[in-house]
Parts: sequence; structure tokens; C-alpha cells
Amino acid sequence: MSGLLKSSIGRKVAMALSGLFLVVFLTQHFVINLLSVFSEETHNTVSHFMGTNPLVQFGLQPVLIFGVFFHFIMGIKLELQNRKSRPVKYVSYNGGANATWMSRNMIYTGLVVLAFLGLHFYDFFIPELIHKYAENHTAEVGDATRYYAETIHKFEQPWRVGIYVVSFVLLMLHLLHGFQSSFQSVGFNNKYSKALKGFTTAWAIIIPLGFIFIAVYHHFNQLPH
Amino acid sequence: MKLTLKIWRQKNAQAKGQMVTYPIDGIDGDMSFLEMMDVLNNELINKGDDPVVFDHDCREGICGSCSMFINGEAHGPDRLVTTCQLHMRKFKDGDTITIEPFRAGGFPVIKDLMVDRSAFDRIQHAGGFISINTSGNTQDANAIPIEKADADAAFDAATCIGCGACVASCKNSSAMLFVSAKVSQFALLPQGKVEATDRVMNMVKQMDEEGFGNCTNTGACEVECPKGISLENIARMNREYMSASMKG
Amino acid sequence: MALDSKIPSGPLADKWTQYKNDINLVNPANKRLIDVIVVGTGLAGGSAAATLAELGYNVKAFCFQDSPRRAHSIAAQGGINAAKNYQGDGDSTYRLFYDTVKGGDYRSREANVYRLAEVSANIIDQCVAQGVPFARDYGGLLDNRSFGGVLVSRTFYAKGQTGQQLLLGAYSAMNRQIGRGKIKMYNRHEMLDVVKVDGKARGIITRNLVTGEIERHSAHAVVLGTGGYGNVFYLSTNAMGSNVTAAWKAHKRGAHFANPCYTQIHPTCIPVSGDHQSKLTLMSESLRNDGRIWVPKKKEDAEAIRAGKLKPTEIAEENRDYYLERRYPAFGNLVPRDVASRAAKERCDAGFGVNKTGEAVYLDFASAIERYGKEQAYVTHQDANNAALVKKLGQEIVKTKYGNLFQMYEKIVDQNPYETPMMIYPAVHYTMGGLWVDYNLQTSVEGLYAIGEANFSDHGANRLGASALMQGLADGYFVLPYTIGDYLSQDIRTGPIATDTKEFEEAEKNVRSQIDALVNNNGTKAVDYFHKKLGKIMWNKCGMSRNAKDLESAINEISDLRDEFYKEVRVPGGEDEYNEELAKALRVADFLELGELFAKDALTRNESCGGHFREESVEEDGPQKGEAKRDDKNFTFVSAWEYKGAPKDAVLHKEELTYENIELKQRSYK
Repeated sequence: MSGLLKSSIGRKVAMALSGLFLVVFLTQHFVINLLSVFSEETHNTVSHFMGTNPLVQFGLQPVLIFGVFFHFIMGIKLELQNRKSRPVKYVSYNGGANATWMSRNMIYTGLVVLAFLGLHFYDFFIPELIHKYAENHTAEVGDATRYYAETIHKFEQPWRVGIYVVSFVLLMLHLLHGFQSSFQSVGFNNKYSKALKGFTTAWAIIIPLGFIFIAVYHHFNQLPH
Repeated sequence: MKLTLKIWRQKNAQAKGQMVTYPIDGIDGDMSFLEMMDVLNNELINKGDDPVVFDHDCREGICGSCSMFINGEAHGPDRLVTTCQLHMRKFKDGDTITIEPFRAGGFPVIKDLMVDRSAFDRIQHAGGFISINTSGNTQDANAIPIEKADADAAFDAATCIGCGACVASCKNSSAMLFVSAKVSQFALLPQGKVEATDRVMNMVKQMDEEGFGNCTNTGACEVECPKGISLENIARMNREYMSASMKG
Repeated sequence: MALDSKIPSGPLADKWTQYKNDINLVNPANKRLIDVIVVGTGLAGGSAAATLAELGYNVKAFCFQDSPRRAHSIAAQGGINAAKNYQGDGDSTYRLFYDTVKGGDYRSREANVYRLAEVSANIIDQCVAQGVPFARDYGGLLDNRSFGGVLVSRTFYAKGQTGQQLLLGAYSAMNRQIGRGKIKMYNRHEMLDVVKVDGKARGIITRNLVTGEIERHSAHAVVLGTGGYGNVFYLSTNAMGSNVTAAWKAHKRGAHFANPCYTQIHPTCIPVSGDHQSKLTLMSESLRNDGRIWVPKKKEDAEAIRAGKLKPTEIAEENRDYYLERRYPAFGNLVPRDVASRAAKERCDAGFGVNKTGEAVYLDFASAIERYGKEQAYVTHQDANNAALVKKLGQEIVKTKYGNLFQMYEKIVDQNPYETPMMIYPAVHYTMGGLWVDYNLQTSVEGLYAIGEANFSDHGANRLGASALMQGLADGYFVLPYTIGDYLSQDIRTGPIATDTKEFEEAEKNVRSQIDALVNNNGTKAVDYFHKKLGKIMWNKCGMSRNAKDLESAINEISDLRDEFYKEVRVPGGEDEYNEELAKALRVADFLELGELFAKDALTRNESCGGHFREESVEEDGPQKGEAKRDDKNFTFVSAWEYKGAPKDAVLHKEELTYENIELKQRSYK
């Protein structure tokens, strides 16, 4: 078992597992966001639960943060290593002939998503930390109804929505390859793979489109009528 | 057909190489790509120049010697063929064709288009075998029936010719398809299961030591493989490796 | 010097067992003190190297390819014979022995062939145990197919890539020993001479093809598994690098060369398409299980096809001449290779050939597709009278059987063989002749062994399909390891062989001076020019049909060509670098000598037997009229040629062949 993460296959499986974990996270994130479209109250309730429940905060959240960092750091490390494995480049390399654009550009789509995450942390996560710990709002005294307003407030400026849309398009491209590829990495390739590919493709398109929809929806909804 | 060839020329492993342009005429569609190269080399020899060096031997697509990267693809634009089985009818009069050696850190150039693929041999030395003696005193060949589907899948994996197109095509220069083909062949057969754990651990370790990149499932290897070796083999090797790691 | 074949006494079936019981063995500790050189890593060399290393000898293995896995055995398609009788169709060791002797037109050694048949079953057991994925049926047991010249199904196969799978098996056995350090592997090395010390082979001189370095390697015995010399014809199904150099150098050092004129011209190869042709591609003999061979009955149809005005599918059934079925009703399309090849040549010479050059016949799968399609329709309860459906179903079956061969054909010829018949023509494929060896597989030089296609031993004047793989592996895995042990048992006290002796020095000097001469020749013509020219002479005058006049002129032409070669050849580049032209020049120089001996041997053998057909020796009348006529009274011997300088001065030694278990008969496939 030791040295597993030093082997190419161990790393590949770790990438896949961390990726799949992020996919699960993204799904629940999407569901909570989507609630904001239908019901301000439910959105607030769920958000408050996620933001204050100790199991989520001190159990799942560190795991998530670790997962995110692991996925990015390992991804960048592997990319650098892969580049080194071909010291002299081809003069002519027709990558499009045998592989999709998505699969060949995971590092770029991934880096855009990483940059977006920076913005996202700046927008939500850091204010949350300040709110909770610097300003000492505890769960009991904290405002359990502030989430909805804070969320839609962020979608006021068009430039932010623009960045949001572009980022999610790139996330979509990342997921179009990444989601189905994780199954191959963990060794799942059989007669169900075709159906699975259909599912992962649909998921990779629908979820980011959903996020975009929510952003655009809130943006237009709060414009002065 | 009249063509313009842009070919990588490199005097030896230490020398710095460069692309050199050669016009060529009188190419027939029925010629194989290597026969077209023969025509060029004949012209070069008659001019007193050094012919272009490339690996080739059987010229019927099975020895795995030939290894050209043609117009950005391993073994050129045709599918399920090696360079020697690529025919000039796949090109048009007036085309410019770029010809490079297979490139990877694990495949250093020896001269011109010829590379050193001994890394593949070393991976096989690490575990590409079943440890039985060749005494002939084994049990009868029909003593263990093998399900046809498994036998066929093992055969499909075993058809790998070790040309290295997978490595050459992969943007990461990963050798996973090659290694997984051998691991799969033996993993699918009862005879190979006995030492499956050691085999996959040792072969992957050697593969990593040879400096090949990591697999990112782009699938380029499968598309360019002249024998159509399937990505399923890589998935199988991942499974084998993970379960071997748990055991080890 | 009299030839001693060293055949053990006793009844045929007991000879090998008795022999193994009687020989000297080397104890395991002493094996570690003994070095063996194996040149060539095909089925014979690869399996020998692996087995010898496993037994404990220190093996040094050499191949000119970049990896032992690329030896040309890899290209063998159809299968490997073994007398397993899994099909229960009457097969036995004796029958395989009998078929092989008869197929070889009664020009092989009984004892050797019987031993081959005897160990054949072990090969299959061995290969399955080492993970060779042979074809299996739905019950999980091994499947068989039929090959030419036999009436049973004894051929084991792995689709159309049997040679590849068997070689990879031997390669894996080698890998295990290389990993253990018991085999030291030298890739991209060409053997350029044998070194003899006190009359015994004690080493070789090699050239590192990458650096050009000339190296000395010593051992207690040298084994050559260096394949055949079909490339003397320039165009053949051999690999571009296949050559006679190792065997020829051995010949020059005293190993007799046996039956050089016995060449197998394989009937089903893809025809030559133009002058640019660099090699020919085989279409497996297994295709004749299902394909039917024909040419048009009417000459005008053949002419129309050649002019591109008529398609083969447009010729009605009654206007087709299925000439093999017509001439040989008992074996039909599955007559042995020599017979099928000559019949194709006869039709094409008579003006019935079907491609541009007039040198091609059809191999047609239409009736097989229909037959399989109908069967499949019945099995799946569909309409067996629906022609389109039947064709589709039939094509699917044919695809599972021969898919890779059909794909290969389509890539080369650019025609779809599922829809239109394949065009095929005979091409040089295998050489039954080779270094003379005794029962121990030792050449006439002590300590120098030859195995596989490199020796002459088992196939007589014609080899049956799927027997080359059998012989290569039998020699390497199961025969040589015993026989060489007997020889090496006298070397346990010899100690390492020094390479700084005058014998090594002399051999190295020879090699160096030959290389220097070629590189500095500054001629005007490329090596290929001579090779192609030699090939034309060989094909036209020493090909499928030979006569005294042509053979005599071939001898002179080759001799002249050789003189021209040394005057006019141009080898660009230097000697201390990768220089393919230099490697080619060294090989062609040897082909130019072998070719002449080949013609001389063919001239001497004034009879038709197997692959060697003399126009002077045909049946004049009776039911066999026009067929080859063997002359048992005068030619029941092996021709073993001793080197005496120029090929024309070679001295003939005859090893008389005695048949105690088989009655010599006319070989009839009618």
C-alpha cells in the first residue's frame, strides 16, 4: 500500500476519486443553489444548516477543502511531469485526430476553474469566515435568513455574471472528459460504459448549465423593472 | 504524384536534429509509405547523400519495427495500419508530408527517424511472462478449459506489436496501453493468474522508472494503435494494480 | 570427409527416447561454467536461448532487430501442427510423421521427422502453459483447422497471427531469463563470422549496428537460429532484414550447406504491383480451407479482365476453371504448396492470368460466404433463401475466421475481398535447404549448431503448411537442449574461452577488411540495384520451374554480377555509425555467393521433387501426365556442399537417405 501515490496508476486513481468526490459536492451545491430560484425560505434553511452544522463544518468541509487542493495540486504536478516525459516536442502534432479537445486541455479548463474558485472564495467563503469568526456571529445568534439576499446580491454586476458564465462553460468542458474518465481510471470499463458515458455527458452539460441559469436568472430578476 | 517531404534528420543520438525538405516525384498510389521512402533514399544515395534512416523489417504490419510520425499522427492518417501498410493512395498529388520519429523521453532518437524502444523490452523483463520452465512436461493443453470470451479477449490484448504508437500519440507519452495489453493477456488466462500480483506491480514500477508519462484517458492511443488494442485493457490494469496494491 | 548423420539405432519410435537415456548430462553446477551463444531470436533461437538459460547455461543471444520480439517468425500466420488428435479424426504421431515425409517428397530424414512429430504435442502443452492464447471453441477447448497436404485437422492457431503469439511466448520465456541475468541480450547486432579454435566453434564476431563497433564474443558452443535465405530472390515474404549471412559465414568456416535449391514458393501471396515493390505479403494457407482458386475458362475473358473491361464477379460459374479441384479432386484446393504454386504458374503461363501483369489467379470466398450464411440462417431461424441476408451472415462468419487477413488485403490492394475475389500469385516463402546438420542438429563444424529454418533437416524438398513453427519450437525447446548438453559435457573443465587469441584476431581482421573494402569502394550503383538484379535472375531461372540451360546461364550471370558488385557498389556513410546500406551490402555479398551455389545444386539435381521442379523430369503419360517426376534411383540423397572458395568449386557430399518405415511412392494428390 505504501508508495501507492508514487506510482502513475495510484496517482491516476487518486485524481479520479478526488474528482468524483468533487462531482458529488457540485451536485449538492447545485441543488442548494437551485432552491434559491424556487424558494427563498428553503434556500435559507438549507444554507443555514450547511453553514452551522458541526458535522458539515468540521467533518465534511475540511474533507472538501482537502479534496479541492489535492485535485488541483496533483493535477498540476502530473501535468508538469507529463510535459517532461516528451523533452523534444513534435513539429507537427495533430492531437485533434485522435482525442477530444476536452481531454487534451484539462489543465487549462482546470486552471480557469481554479481561478474562478479564487473569486468564489473571495465572494462567499471568506466573507462567511469573517462573518462567523472575526465578527463572532455564532450559529445561535447569527441571522439565519441572510443567505438568499447575499447570494443574489452577488449577481448584480454583469461582469461578475459574465465571469461566472465563462467559468462554468469551462467547467462543463472539464467535466465532459473528467467525469467519465474517472470511471475508466478506477477500472470501470465494460458493457455498461456506453450508458454511463451518456449519463456523465448529460450530467456534465446539465449541471453547469443549471449554475449558469441560476446566475442569469438572479441577475435579470433583480434588474429594475 | 509529386510530394514535398519534410523529414527529421539527426546524425546520431547526441547531435541536434532539424527538419529537412525534400521534393519527390513519380510516386504511385499503390506504393506503401516505406516504398516511397525507398524511392527517396535511392535518389539520395545516387546523389551521394546519406539515406534517411528508419526502422522497418517485415513490411506486413506485424513485427512492429516501423515507427514514423506522419503529419502529426503515429503511422499516419490511416487507421489500424502500421507505417509499412500505409499506402500512398491516402495522399494527394502536391501534398506536403511531415515525417518525424516517435517522440518520448523513453524513446531516445538513435538516428533520423529511428528510436530506441528498449524501454519496452525492460518493462517485459520485469514481469511480462509466466514463470514456468520450458520442459514441455506441463499438463495437457486441454486440461484447463478456458471460456472462449476470455481466450478471445486475451488474444486481442496479445496482438500488441510493441511498436510504440501509443506512446508516440499520447500527449503525455504514456505507455499504459502497451503495458496493460500484456498485463491483461495474462490476467485473463488461468495460467497467468498465479503471479498476477507481482506481475502488475513490477511492470508498472518499471514503466514509471522508464520515464513515460501518466495516462489521462484521452484515448489517443486506442485510436492510433495499429492493432486496435482497447482502452478496456488499461481499465483492467488499473483494477489489477489497485487490488495488487491492497494485497501487497 | 564422410557425412555421419549419427542417427541412433533401434526402432524408429524408440530412437529419441533411447537417445535421451544414453547421452551425457552436465550437472547444474557445471552448467554455470559453460557459455552458449545463440544467434537469432525467432521461434528456434528464442526458444533455445530461453531453455538453455533455464537449464543453467550462460547464454548470450544476438539479433539484428531492435528487439528479439521482432524476429520474422512473428509474421507466420496460419498455425502450428501437432499430433494431438483432439478432433478424433485419426491423427497420430505416425500420421504426422508420414504426412511430413510424403509432403517433403521423400527427401527428408526419417529419424528427424519422427522425432519432430513425437515432440509436437509437447509444444502445444508448453505454449498453453506459458499463456499463448490459441483459438478455442465454445466448450473452452482448443480449436483446430486444416492445412494443405493432409487429411486431418491438426493445426492449432491464433487467428491469422499464430507465429506472433508463439514468438511472443518464446520472447516471454526469454524475458524471464534476461530479467534473471541468465541471458545477456545483444539487440541490433549482426553476426559476421564464426570463430573456430582447434576445429571447434568457440565464438563469433559481431557488428553493433548502431555504433559500428566490431566485437568478439566467445562461448563453448554456437547455435545459429538465423532463419532462411528466401531473400536471395529479392522479392519474398521474408522480412527486409532476413539474410543468409550467419549461415553463409558458417559455411565458409566448414559447415556444409545442404539442398540449397529446395525453396518453397507459396501459392497464396498478394501479386506484385509494380517495380517499386520491396517485399511480398503472404495470405495464409488457411484461406484455402474456404477459398476456391480459379481462372477464367476462356482466354478472351482473361484478356478482358486484364484490360479492365470485365469483372470477375461477372463471369458465370460455368466459365470458371477451378483448376485445382479439376486436376486434384482428392485434395482440391488443399494440395501442398508446391503443387498449388506450379498449377497457378501453368495457368498464367498459358495466358489465363487475371491482373495487369497476367500473373495472378483468383481466390474466391463467394461460395464459402454462401455456405456459412445459409448455415447461420438455419441456426438463427431466418430465411435461408434470402440471398442478401445469407451473404451478410456469411460475411460475418468469414470475418471472424479471417478478418485480419482480409483487412490486410484490402489495405494493400484497395479492393474489398468480401465482395470481389482476392488476386493471388505464388511467391518465395521458405527455404527447406540450409546448413547440413546431423541428428544432434550439429553442423559439420564441431560445436556449431543450426536450428529452425537455418538447418535443412525436417522438411525434405517441400514443407507442409504449419510445420515451420512446429520445427522451430521443437528444435529450440525440446531437441537442442538435450543434444547440445551431450556435447557440452566434455567442456566442464575447459573454463572461459579467451577472445584475445590469434583465431579471434584473424576472424576480426577478415570482417574489418571486408567492411573497409565496401565502404571505400566508391562505386556508382546502390546495393539494391544488385539485389534486385540477383532476384530477377533467381526468379526467372531458379524459380518455380527450372531447366539445365537456364541454370547454367544463371550460374554465369550470378558470377558476373558478383564481380560487378565488388567493382561498382556504392556504400554511402561510414563504418562507425548506423549504416543500413553497409549492412545491406554485407548481406547481398553473401546472397551473391549463395545464389550461385543454389543454381549449381539445382543443376545437379536432375529430378523433380517437392519445390524443385525440373522441366526435364516430368511424367510423360498415364494418369499423372505432366506432374513432377521424382528419380528415387539416382537422387535419394541429401546434397551437402563443402566450401572450397568460389561457389562453383564447392564439393558435393551425398548423405544417402534410407527409408525403413515408409515405402517410397509417387506423391499423388489426385
